[in-house]
Amino acid sequence: MVVCDNIFYHMTIDLKTVKHISKLARISLDEKKAEKLATDMNSIFEFIEKLNELNTDNVEPLTSIAETKLRFRDDKITSENIREKILKNSPEKNDDFFVVPKVVE
Amino acid sequence: MSEITSLTLYELIKNIKEKKISSNEAAKSFVDRAEKSKKINVYVTENFENCLKLSKEFDDKPNFDLKLPGIPIAVKDLFCTNEVRTTAGSNILNNFVPTYESTVTQNIWNEGGILLGKLNCDEFAMGSSNETSFFGNVQNPIAEDLVPGGSSGGSSAALAANLTPVTIGTDTGGSIRQPASFTGTVGLKPTYGSCSRYGIVAFASSLDQAGPMSKDVKDSSILLEVISSFDKKDSTSIDFKRNNYSSELTRNIKGLKIGIPKEYRIDGMPDEIEKLWKKGIEYAKDCGAEIIDISLPHTSYALPTYYIVAPAEASSNLARYDGVKYGLRSSGKNLIDMYEKTRSEGFGEEVKRRVMIGTYVLSSGYYDAYYLKAQKVRQLIKQDFDQAYNKVDAILTPSTPSSAFKIGEKSNDPVSMYLNDIFTVPVNLAGLPGISIPAGVDKNNYPLGLQIIGKPFDEQTVLNIAYSMEEKINYKNNITDWWMK
Repeated sequence: MVVCDNIFYHMTIDLKTVKHISKLARISLDEKKAEKLATDMNSIFEFIEKLNELNTDNVEPLTSIAETKLRFRDDKITSENIREKILKNSPEKNDDFFVVPKVVE
Repeated sequence: MSEITSLTLYELIKNIKEKKISSNEAAKSFVDRAEKSKKINVYVTENFENCLKLSKEFDDKPNFDLKLPGIPIAVKDLFCTNEVRTTAGSNILNNFVPTYESTVTQNIWNEGGILLGKLNCDEFAMGSSNETSFFGNVQNPIAEDLVPGGSSGGSSAALAANLTPVTIGTDTGGSIRQPASFTGTVGLKPTYGSCSRYGIVAFASSLDQAGPMSKDVKDSSILLEVISSFDKKDSTSIDFKRNNYSSELTRNIKGLKIGIPKEYRIDGMPDEIEKLWKKGIEYAKDCGAEIIDISLPHTSYALPTYYIVAPAEASSNLARYDGVKYGLRSSGKNLIDMYEKTRSEGFGEEVKRRVMIGTYVLSSGYYDAYYLKAQKVRQLIKQDFDQAYNKVDAILTPSTPSSAFKIGEKSNDPVSMYLNDIFTVPVNLAGLPGISIPAGVDKNNYPLGLQIIGKPFDEQTVLNIAYSMEEKINYKNNITDWWMK
């Protein structure tokens, strides 16, 4: 992958890149799945390449279709005593907290 | 009188208001039929007992002023329903029971609707065939082993099989309109910002919109009127004056200008789609519309743009599924290992693929080349429509480049699956309203749809054109109930 002058030239996504991305995405992959994903991603990016045909140097990116400003609200608590509701679906909890595997030795 | 389950929403409401049918009778009919229709696999979670109970309560104290008086309705399992399991078609949410209600479903219950159950869909709405659902594929009631479209495939199948009078779906790249087209039903994606996204399991937040799916156009107008609302809980909800869509519905579209975009005549498009489109143009003329050739020059860039924007937003939205606060948790030797195993076991193949693409295009060094580039092209696509709408009031296209395909036919080739959405995706990128109405059949007698795209916030014109054309087309689904035999 080389980026220059706003045009990208797609190079093959190799197994090493797929494994790196899977780390970033926090999805563990075995070797076979990683290979399959590399193949799929390459065919998808080949298809995405088409955007290179367009010169977009002077085009404003479209970030929101709604074109509205975010609304402000008063900094007030509107829902109280919902601790139980929030904890209800927790895979593991004690009375007051979400419980996760130990993070400090 | 014909069977309760085959009535349109409008007819059912009328019968309930005139006390010819009770809410409980209606609920019973839909539940009975669902019990005999397990084979098409539309339900992920049934709410039958509760529905029967609530319908009885409605009959004891009826309120006929409501817009959906005691009407049983099944909804896509992407809408969070308070105390009713909501899975989004994913293993990672297999055990998730929301403690709150989505605004769109709340609007339905406020008007007297009663939840029948939660309908199957592609996992996190990522798919065009309902084959990516953790809960298995859905059968198209039109014929055995045919996909019902996706991602709202359980919704379209339930509707076509007369298992719900109307339903709601969500549409990120065509997920309402394509399944409607595949099942001979009507599906409307409203303007971005019309229906609140609060409580809808997020896929791609700048594209997602909820909308009605129904047996005919009038029913969609009734349901849209109920679900479209300004909502402070969604920061992209838009405060505009909404029409009384059903009472303002008219077949008089005389003098309206309808655009035909030449770029939608794609290479390799089957003859029957081309023919259907031509027929559609004739119908529109018969209805009194003026046909104008237009150009949407960036059409062919819409799908590649979509397959950057949607996965990017999805990878960010789906970061929340980490096994900590809700959903599936797999055990790991430390926190990171737990995250990685949870997401690996919890997500299906298509979801992983899209999260990976999204993570890649947003990763350091690639953001400008992919995501920023896609947002710029998205601007060009939107400008195409803006310019077209200086000349026309609406645009007419086919809904899909083919009819429904066989289960398994495209599941190994992601790109060919993505091509299904070629006519629907540009509408999401530009945030416009679009409807698919059944307009004919292919050589196998499978339904084909036409799409009408409108100006932002002009759902009324879209509905009126559809209503007018629907009468001329006079399409009837031929469902044989093969799954009951």
